[in-house]
Amino acid sequence: MIQFVLRRILLSLPVIFGIVFLVFVLTRLLPGDPCRAALGERATAAVCDAFIHRYGLDLPIPQQFLSYLGQLVTGDLGRSIRQGRPVAAILVERMPVTLELTFFALLFAVIVGVGLGRLAARRRNSPLDVGTMVIANLGVSVPVFVLGLVLAYLFAVVLRGTPLALPPSGSLASGVQHKALADAWGMTDVTGFPRAVMDFVSHMVILSSLITGQWAPFLDGLKHMILPAVALGTIPMAIIARMTRSSMLDVLGLDYIRTARAKGAPERIVVGRHAFRNAMLPVVTVVGLSLGALLSGAVLTESIFLLPGIGRTLFEAIQGRDYIVVQALTLITAITYVVINLLVDISYAYLDPRIRLR
Amino acid sequence: MSATTTPPDQALVLEGPLVAHAPASLWRDTVRHVLRQRSAVAGLVLLGIIILAAVLADVLTPYDPTDQLFGVAGAQRLAPPCIHLLGCPESQAQWVMGLDQNNRDVFSRVLHGARVSLQVGVVTVSFAIVVGTLIGAVAGYLGGWVDNLLMRLMDVLLAFPALVLAIFLAVTFSSLDLPLFGDPLFNAMLAIGIVSIPVYARVMRASVLSIRERDFVTASRALGESAGGILFRRVLPNALTPLIVQGTLGIATAVLEVAALSFLGIGAQEPTAEWGAMIGQVRNLMFQAPHLVLFPGAALALSVLGFNLLGDGLRDALDPRLNR
Repeated sequence: MIQFVLRRILLSLPVIFGIVFLVFVLTRLLPGDPCRAALGERATAAVCDAFIHRYGLDLPIPQQFLSYLGQLVTGDLGRSIRQGRPVAAILVERMPVTLELTFFALLFAVIVGVGLGRLAARRRNSPLDVGTMVIANLGVSVPVFVLGLVLAYLFAVVLRGTPLALPPSGSLASGVQHKALADAWGMTDVTGFPRAVMDFVSHMVILSSLITGQWAPFLDGLKHMILPAVALGTIPMAIIARMTRSSMLDVLGLDYIRTARAKGAPERIVVGRHAFRNAMLPVVTVVGLSLGALLSGAVLTESIFLLPGIGRTLFEAIQGRDYIVVQALTLITAITYVVINLLVDISYAYLDPRIRLR
Repeated sequence: MSATTTPPDQALVLEGPLVAHAPASLWRDTVRHVLRQRSAVAGLVLLGIIILAAVLADVLTPYDPTDQLFGVAGAQRLAPPCIHLLGCPESQAQWVMGLDQNNRDVFSRVLHGARVSLQVGVVTVSFAIVVGTLIGAVAGYLGGWVDNLLMRLMDVLLAFPALVLAIFLAVTFSSLDLPLFGDPLFNAMLAIGIVSIPVYARVMRASVLSIRERDFVTASRALGESAGGILFRRVLPNALTPLIVQGTLGIATAVLEVAALSFLGIGAQEPTAEWGAMIGQVRNLMFQAPHLVLFPGAALALSVLGFNLLGDGLRDALDPRLNR
């Protein structure tokens, strides 16, 4: 197992290197004068020469790439041209929002998707099965941004005033206060890395209010999370539902299921225990693969529901031509995706020992 | 004796099927398989309607998609749908999907949007298939370090979440001051096309690897056929099935992703009638005029659904392993 993990990690290193290289090359293609973009149009030639020399922009490209690599390894992602602060600080603030959104979207996708798929497989070719698969087919075809806007309209306008009404934007209602971890625990004098971790967690409104016992922001945060999570999670939900159904049908046709039935195991146990566990293997892969779709969809979902996450930051950076931020966020998203895929592969090997031997 | 007791008409019935079965060409067989798939038929019908709408857009719509209707009875910004049959006063002009933020007829824009989206989907995927097939064929056929280099490059492209890389590429292209990259919609299509290359490269490479060692390929090599001839005349026809299936599903993704880029403002621009751009421009007006999102949104979802259903149906029909 350890050997397998090490080999997978080694295999993903060239990919990560390739990502860094591609992002570097593409950013160097971007036109414009980096000095005047950073210091303003009226910077003098002497100031610009000093600037270019200080940032190593007069060095040969391979050397620039190496020093860029060096910066990355030490965690320096550069400084936002628009916001005038390090990208790392922006990440600490925005990344948690996306993580929380992705988590709830995935939760919705797995619970509903696996549930629907199981139901459809158990009653194959019944109206229930057909209905579920129609939902699944529609689910993969409705664009995230259309679904998001329609959900927002439905729950914030049509159902306004009913108990089903849900807020269409933001992560907390305007009157609801949410104390950061450092304030809630009276640890405002903590600085450095521990403080960054605490701030990171604080920006996950739902998680941080749960662990500090602030129930009002917790409930309000959950309420604000429902629509974005459903909008973002619908495509993976549909894919998971289809995968669960076909995988369950495959497994239910196997000999050991017939054996289980023949020895008199109740249908509930046969489906729920014997078949379900084995049928979940391909579903795990699909869950991992849909994380890419979730990260892509986060750009759209966050900009519709006005959530201050990575996706919306990326979009704003693109509009503001803040290339350093675009570069850093593209890089971070891609590397996150590679790492998640690595974890999925490893968990897959853990669940199915046959994989390790290949 | 039993033969003589058989009435003549029954004997004819027995002969019937033998005659009907005689010519079974590959194509007719394929069509028969495809038409047996419920989802493929549903997809074909849906796409047929959308293609008809796109082709006949000029005939079916009362206004030009970019015409701003001023001075027409009842025309006002964000006017909701007005259908005479459903009780809209006859004194008003009729617009079945309402008017948009610039007094344009949404119905005309939605139908003309079908043209844009179908073209975008087909062109983008064709580009990806041609480039991907070439890369996959070269990698699979040559093997060795060429194969390694090309496929690792594909891995890198696949390592990005598709839309994030597409956004990055589209923005990069648009900011390059080159005449080739003048049209943002073209840049968006190129970006989505590049992002979808790896899928086809992998499919083609896998086919090449499995077909390369077959006897009929060895035979043509022994007969002195060139590498190119073997690739195009022997390998490619045998790799078509997975390419067609992937391509059909790929059009659905491409339509969706180009619409997403346009929605974000880095694809089709005003006044082009493109569904994603139409929705993106009115997202803040959604609560006042939901028809501006609902109609293009439904059109977009139905086209994507059509390609998805057709692709799924084709896969089930063409993949012999699934014929249970």
